[in-house]
Amino acid sequence: MSKLTLKTEGDTHVIVTRRFAASPEAVYRAHTDPKLIQKWLLGPEGWTMPVCINEARRGGKIRYEWTNGKGRGFYLTGEYLELEPYNRILHIERMHLPDPTPDNHVETRFDADGTGTLMTVRMTLPDAQTREAMLATGMDRGMEASYTRLEGMI
Amino acid sequence: MTLPNLDAAFSALADPTRRGILVRLAKGEASVMELAKPFEMTQPAISQHLKVLEDAGLVARRVDGTKRPRRLAKAGIEAMDQWLAMLRKALEKNYDRLDEVLAGMERPTIKTTTKTMRGENR
Repeated sequence: MSKLTLKTEGDTHVIVTRRFAASPEAVYRAHTDPKLIQKWLLGPEGWTMPVCINEARRGGKIRYEWTNGKGRGFYLTGEYLELEPYNRILHIERMHLPDPTPDNHVETRFDADGTGTLMTVRMTLPDAQTREAMLATGMDRGMEASYTRLEGMI
Repeated sequence: MTLPNLDAAFSALADPTRRGILVRLAKGEASVMELAKPFEMTQPAISQHLKVLEDAGLVARRVDGTKRPRRLAKAGIEAMDQWLAMLRKALEKNYDRLDEVLAGMERPTIKTTTKTMRGENR
């Protein structure tokens, strides 16, 4: 059973939802406190985030740098547009691979759901092609994880 | 799927343009010209990518007069499903870790008094 949903909407949106057994305040903090972010926002097994800058205020900067410890790495930069603790975050982000991808506008909502939280991430890309490229990038990282698993099986 | 097909499918999927073509075809049948347009590539270049996808069994063609419109083959649909499943898996990994982080965080006090950041730290 998967608690996560991932779907596309229209030509330019990607919607992700996930439930957490913690309060909206805790989930919000885990998205804005660099020390906490570094513990989970890592993607496939084996990747770490040695640099995590997250200035959780309007106009504040975001910078995440990931490495697989084997010479591969990339980074993400962004800016906060709006923050409503512990309810909603609106920010812009882009990946540097190393060329920057077009801006992704991300609205993250933290809604109380029983004793937990329903988080809804709504991404808006400038056009359909950019969205497709972004999903493909996600696949690159997912594929690496799956190749690693495959290696383990052979 | 036999292993050789899986290999061909994976290497066909290892190119962003070819993945973009599959995403486009997931919306419906398209001509080579329609496929070439969003990628700003020549038709011969797109045809080359299409050949790789066809050889991998991900894309099929139909004869319609002088046109050869392409569509997703069954294996292509399965590859797309697998693609989204892998992306979902990478996200799930993050959020599973977040579950652990949240479990390890101090339970917020019932009182809704605003605490300073310092106060929140152990």
